[in-house]
Amino acid sequence: MLQSTQTKRKSGYRSNGVTVGLFLLLIILMILSLTMGRYPVSLREIVRIVFTTPIHAARNYSDVKWVVVEIVRLPRILLVTLCGMGLALSGAAMQGVFRNPLVGPEIAGVSGGAAFGGILAIVLSLPLLGVVGSAFGFGMLALVIAFALARLSGKGSMLALVLSGIIVGAFFGALVGLLEMLANPTEKLPSIIYWLMGSFAGASYQKVAVVAAVLFFSGTLLLMLRWRINLLSLGEIDAAALGVNLEALRWGIISLVALIVAAQVSVSGGVGWVGLIIPHLARMLVGPEHTKLLPASAFLGGTYLLAMDDIARSAGQQELPIGLLTAVIGAPIFGYLFWKTQGKGWGRE
Amino acid sequence: MSNTAIEFHDLGHAYKPGQWIFQSYGVAVERGSIFALLGPNGCGKTTLLKILLGALKPTAGTIAVEGRMAFVPQLFQVTFDYSVLDMVLMGRARHVGLFSQPSAQDEEAALAALDRFGIADFARHPFHELSGGERQLVIFARALVSEAEILILDEPTSALDLKNQIVVLDWITRLSHQDGLTVLFTTHHPHHALAVAYNALLMLGGARFACGPASDVLSEENLHTLYSVDIKHLPFEHKGELHETLVPVLPYASRARRTETDGC
Repeated sequence: MLQSTQTKRKSGYRSNGVTVGLFLLLIILMILSLTMGRYPVSLREIVRIVFTTPIHAARNYSDVKWVVVEIVRLPRILLVTLCGMGLALSGAAMQGVFRNPLVGPEIAGVSGGAAFGGILAIVLSLPLLGVVGSAFGFGMLALVIAFALARLSGKGSMLALVLSGIIVGAFFGALVGLLEMLANPTEKLPSIIYWLMGSFAGASYQKVAVVAAVLFFSGTLLLMLRWRINLLSLGEIDAAALGVNLEALRWGIISLVALIVAAQVSVSGGVGWVGLIIPHLARMLVGPEHTKLLPASAFLGGTYLLAMDDIARSAGQQELPIGLLTAVIGAPIFGYLFWKTQGKGWGRE
Repeated sequence: MSNTAIEFHDLGHAYKPGQWIFQSYGVAVERGSIFALLGPNGCGKTTLLKILLGALKPTAGTIAVEGRMAFVPQLFQVTFDYSVLDMVLMGRARHVGLFSQPSAQDEEAALAALDRFGIADFARHPFHELSGGERQLVIFARALVSEAEILILDEPTSALDLKNQIVVLDWITRLSHQDGLTVLFTTHHPHHALAVAYNALLMLGGARFACGPASDVLSEENLHTLYSVDIKHLPFEHKGELHETLVPVLPYASRARRTETDGC
């Protein structure tokens, strides 16, 4: 028998119970979030409204509680939860694909493109669906440019894609600045700045439908591919020798993630850090294996972003942009994790 | 099915046009045999492995591989600290559908493979906690569950202590003898190649190479050409059996020792 250098060994990973726990936590927080806000609605009334009245079945706008719960709070809570789940799921997948725990889902420049698309639509006074469609379209355009640039310059390697993402992101960032300069400072500029900071204040069932549809498609596929992400996180030669079609799988997963990110940016502007930090925290709870990590990240991401949004809308007199909150909390956590992992992941290949 | 597992003709590779790493290589690896690949750093061993594994297209020549391959990398480091069982399960990649997860049968196969190497107790332990030798065995177990017919190893003993080097070389022989696997490995230790390989390829740079039975190819003359140092070929007897090994001659150290008077 071989001698191990370690004398103490951990008993291994436990996880299924944790994932169920995270799911229950999310459901509980969703229900509690319905009670939060300036207009008091009791838990019992919320249960009555949510579970006995189908959405829009009775348009009883004289019932203030019904309006508050069903029209104001519920779509927002659904939207925040879906976005949080999508971002964290995407982040966990990207960290596996890039074999690097320090990357986020925005890495391929998608959020920069989507932000430009959204602002362009605001400047052009397009209706809601126009803003969503434009953000989504430019997000995907940014991805295609980053892909093409990576292929031309670095044989499509992952590091080449990261650098291409930075270039594309910077370019769209400059275009955003240009639009801000040209925008009408009294009419358009405030809404542009508010949108850039990220907010769920304008949540509607239309937006919920957009994100839900994208998340249903991309999220389901990502979850189905989650075991394959383990294989991608091995070295290139190793994964190829195991019979993995490396290129196709990688680009497929990156495209699914880009869809989710573009959808999120189009409905709520810049909400960063969730996809970077939540997979780390989930990894501490369920271990690094992606069949467990992806569902756990999704539930934890939904819970985290919902808690942040609850704070954003009830902490002060004026609503705080959630993008600022997630950055203020996210950056120090990331700094801590960076210090703990000592930049592991960038030093190789 | 032919008796050859790997065959290449006129194989060559150049990362820049005209600058050949190696050229005009022609080799046939017999099914079920052990084949060693030797050469100094930068001679193209890794490039040749990449071509073999299909991760790189050769600039010239043809290559034919008959059978499923498994790869055991030189230094096995993973970014994420998977459990030993998770690592072995990855060997089932070809048997698990694109959108599926490994089944209970896959897990049983993985546990049986770990058991074969005497490390089933570590199945639920983090892979990073194992010693270098144990990790190597985990990757062997992964190769076994992949139902590979050809095992490719990149310097399998380079990071191991003496005892684990012997354990790994012993397993290489067993996997070839007992399981009928074709094994191809690269090494910087000519005596390891001589101890276990049937045939060897010495990559001498450019179009120069030597290929044939290990004891012929690993001659003092060839090894001198390869490494520019003197290596002695020594036959010896152990428990009634004839063995042979290779020992490098260290000219300065032997002179220095002669003039040394005090013991320790």
